[in-house]
Amino acid sequence: MSEPQSPRTSMTDAVTTGGAEILTSSATDLVAAMEAGQVSSVEITQACLDRIEAVDRQVHAFLTVDAERALRQAREVDSRRAAGQRLGPLAGVPLAVKDLFCYQGMVTTAASRMLAGWVSPYTSTVVQRCVDAGMVILGKTNLDEFAMGSSTETSAFGPTHNPWDLERIPGGSGGGSAAALAAFQAPLALGTDTGGSIRLPAALTGTVGVKPTYGGTSRYGVIAMASSLDQPGPCARTVADAALLHQVIAGYDPMDQTSIPRDVPPVVEACRQIDLAGMRLGVVTGLSGQGYAPGVTQRFEEAVAALRGAGAEVIEVSCPHFEHALGAYYLIQPAEVSSNLARYDAMRYGLRLDDDGEHSAEQVMAASRGAGFGAEAKRRIILGTYALSSGYYDAYYGSAQKVRTLISRDFEAAWATCDALISPTTPTTAFRIGERTDDPLAMYQADLCTIPANLAGIATGSFPAGLAPEDGLPVGLQVMAPVLCDDRVYRVGAALEAQLEAAWGGPLLASIPPLGAAAKEDVR
Amino acid sequence: MSSWTTDDLMDYDEVMERFDPVLGLEVHVELSTASKMFCGCSTDSDADPNTHVCPVCLGLPGSLPAINGHAVESAIRIGLALNCQIAPWCRMARKNYFYPDMTKDYQISQYDEPICHDGHLDLEVDGQSYRVEIERAHMEEDAGKSLHVGGSDGRIQGAAFSLMDYNRAGVPLIEIVTKPVRGLGAKAPAVARAYMAQLRDIMIALGVSHARMEKGNLRCDANVSLMPKGSDELGTRTETKNVNSLRSVEGALSYEIRRQGAVLASGGRVRQETRMWQESGEYTIAGREKSDAEDYRYFPEPDLVPIECSASRVEELRATLPELPAAKRARLAAEWSFDETEMAAVLNAGALDLLDATVTAGAAPEAARKWWLSELSRRANEAGCELSEVGMTPVQVAELQALVDDGSLTDKLARQVIDGVIAGEGDPQQVVASRGLAVVSDDGALGAAVDEAIAANPGVAEKIRGGRVQAAGALIGQVMKAMHGQADAKRVRQIILEKLS
Repeated sequence: MSEPQSPRTSMTDAVTTGGAEILTSSATDLVAAMEAGQVSSVEITQACLDRIEAVDRQVHAFLTVDAERALRQAREVDSRRAAGQRLGPLAGVPLAVKDLFCYQGMVTTAASRMLAGWVSPYTSTVVQRCVDAGMVILGKTNLDEFAMGSSTETSAFGPTHNPWDLERIPGGSGGGSAAALAAFQAPLALGTDTGGSIRLPAALTGTVGVKPTYGGTSRYGVIAMASSLDQPGPCARTVADAALLHQVIAGYDPMDQTSIPRDVPPVVEACRQIDLAGMRLGVVTGLSGQGYAPGVTQRFEEAVAALRGAGAEVIEVSCPHFEHALGAYYLIQPAEVSSNLARYDAMRYGLRLDDDGEHSAEQVMAASRGAGFGAEAKRRIILGTYALSSGYYDAYYGSAQKVRTLISRDFEAAWATCDALISPTTPTTAFRIGERTDDPLAMYQADLCTIPANLAGIATGSFPAGLAPEDGLPVGLQVMAPVLCDDRVYRVGAALEAQLEAAWGGPLLASIPPLGAAAKEDVR
Repeated sequence: MSSWTTDDLMDYDEVMERFDPVLGLEVHVELSTASKMFCGCSTDSDADPNTHVCPVCLGLPGSLPAINGHAVESAIRIGLALNCQIAPWCRMARKNYFYPDMTKDYQISQYDEPICHDGHLDLEVDGQSYRVEIERAHMEEDAGKSLHVGGSDGRIQGAAFSLMDYNRAGVPLIEIVTKPVRGLGAKAPAVARAYMAQLRDIMIALGVSHARMEKGNLRCDANVSLMPKGSDELGTRTETKNVNSLRSVEGALSYEIRRQGAVLASGGRVRQETRMWQESGEYTIAGREKSDAEDYRYFPEPDLVPIECSASRVEELRATLPELPAAKRARLAAEWSFDETEMAAVLNAGALDLLDATVTAGAAPEAARKWWLSELSRRANEAGCELSEVGMTPVQVAELQALVDDGSLTDKLARQVIDGVIAGEGDPQQVVASRGLAVVSDDGALGAAVDEAIAANPGVAEKIRGGRVQAAGALIGQVMKAMHGQADAKRVRQIILEKLS
């Protein structure tokens, strides 16, 4: 196995501001340090806020930062810890929240002009669970508008830059959350994944991202893109950290009737079991070959070898209907989008234009929607409206649902022969900003490998697999496991992490180029 | 009355000679659940605007619906009462359209998978039986209310601005849709009215809705078209809304039948449109043109899981059904030995439950009928109120009758007792005591009064002594007068005959 390119002596080199050790530490280590009295939540939070202040002009991971509120939460946790109270496993750890989650009193925009300045009057279940667990909310991270995109370039507030190369995209839609992790602005972040929005950015930034089983985490208070596909999940720099956050946010919520009233799979325990003995992994044969960058293929194959090294048996598995997944996804998802985005009609909240007493309600709606939504949102609304139209419903939406069933059957057949499936997370490494914005179909290709899992509602995650030799950019390995077997995703991810970090001599992010002085001034 | 409308109207009987009306009734029943269809907000309709709202019923970004189990139960019970099949598995669907009163710009409703389908309701109008076939009954949420300010007539046209009240947004509704109802002839409007009346009674019996049409708990969209006699091709229909009373159902349909008749007779085409019933002038006006091509882009609601209802659950719910109005009527008619005419009179007076309660409290059915349909109906009419609000309860009526039965009161005295009860003087016994209305049964007092009457009418007394017993009537009258009516005439007669034998 080859070393990642430009290995560095320590991760702290990548961090140019103070509190370097704090910033590069895992959440697990931060909690241990807080428990040992070596550091306070206020110090950790302040270090993150300073780091955001120092580098976010280059990265643009955040749309909103509320330092005052974050420090208040941090002080509260510190005093509870000082008082000897029993705290949760992530108490005092700062969190970056994708700006799709409602959080009472904080601006929530979905990166759309439509919701610019909208302050949510209520809190999503997932964020509430984080707050209840004593986590510190730093602010809101950038995303593609209403989570529609694979690069964060459709954000109404400008793209996020990949900390590995500021001229490249960080993936999307949750590029802000992944970039915040890679830029050491936050140790943990929340994402949502509809067709790959957690996993793709994780892959392109060398971080960890998990999409739980559909129904494993509550969607209540998460601005909907495509209801039958959306799923909140954890983003982290280590597999164990992701599992801890997963444990905090997951579980049944009566406010979301699609959430599953079952116990959360043992994800934290699964990370400790780094041996894969007795586990059979299936490489999806269709997700490789033409269209896959050589460096992606190379690092993926090396990762497979590492998994074998950890004791796994690896076989090849064919999923014949995966090739239709992208097409089905781009009917079902826009159909649901067209309905979910109807409520932004300027009547109750959000952007309102031409409200001058001269124009009718219909005209105000039309003007506001025309100006409030970006091109990608409009494209999907039009596509979805068409797909649901009477006379076309059966041919489009109806057929797509049948494909969805066939893909679920492919997975069912696969589980008869293996415990989990693996593939590259995405065919290429991070592309340049602007490279695919005029070619939606090329943009959609980035989700080729991730979409089948959303259509089937299974558990899946992306884990760092190294840097592509040709461009030095991160490559991700995707693990897919049956419904409610989220623990298997973590078990494979933890084993891969242990194997590869042993080979690399440290985490992949240790080799990220430094931000700050070395970065170009004109990136934004 | 038709001076407000410029519509040509054909004589009703003439329409019937040339056409057969075909009805289609869509009825929205507002359920009386404590909370809304998809959130915990109260359904109280009297609250200040926008006080019973939350992220869910306001459709705020990120909010999700959670279905109200009681509403689902009510839907199933309604379906069972309407002899429907209950779907073992069904889903909610989104009906997409933009309107400011719809917070999500889609309504969560049901489309091709209604929870109840294929039922019927049997009705009787003027002694004739009719069966109305029910296509479906499905669940959906209500919209908010718009208040158009600044126009002349509260309509959106000409209004300066509109205010929205979302208290009603998300209140559970059941929409009951009939199949086309044919073969009713001239009775069509009356059958529609009877259908609404029976639906109302069923909802009240089930306890699922307040079912007050004037409050909008029960709303009827009345569709009607005319089919030329001898043809079996359906004509173009109109849908009349704003039909807020049983009388309006009948009036609106009669009007539309006459209007459409005139349009067709003059060689015109009936426009497929929504029409609004104008209660004040008793006519309909054209609303928006409606085409079947309106595309609501229905699709299964992805935020909710399918609703499953096992056969055993259906049977459990069936067991909770109370005796339904039609069955109750038949049973009571038999128990009380009332003939059709008598029963019809009771129903028309809206007195069935009052009679039932009065009989249960001990009165004979015949006596109960007499009080409620004559004396008390007259007073309700005079007071302009419902019979049930006349001021006397079934238990009080039964008590009154008991006093008559045991000879304490004559019918005449009983009417005075009713005055007292309605005036709030207490139960019949109390009124008798306080007003001193009991029959004088003291033979001494009666004997003295009889002696006086005999002395005053020697001629009459002589006739009676001579065996002309029927002449006693004149003396009885005198005695009753002297006793201010507080005597039992039979007893007075007895005493007279004893004294003159």
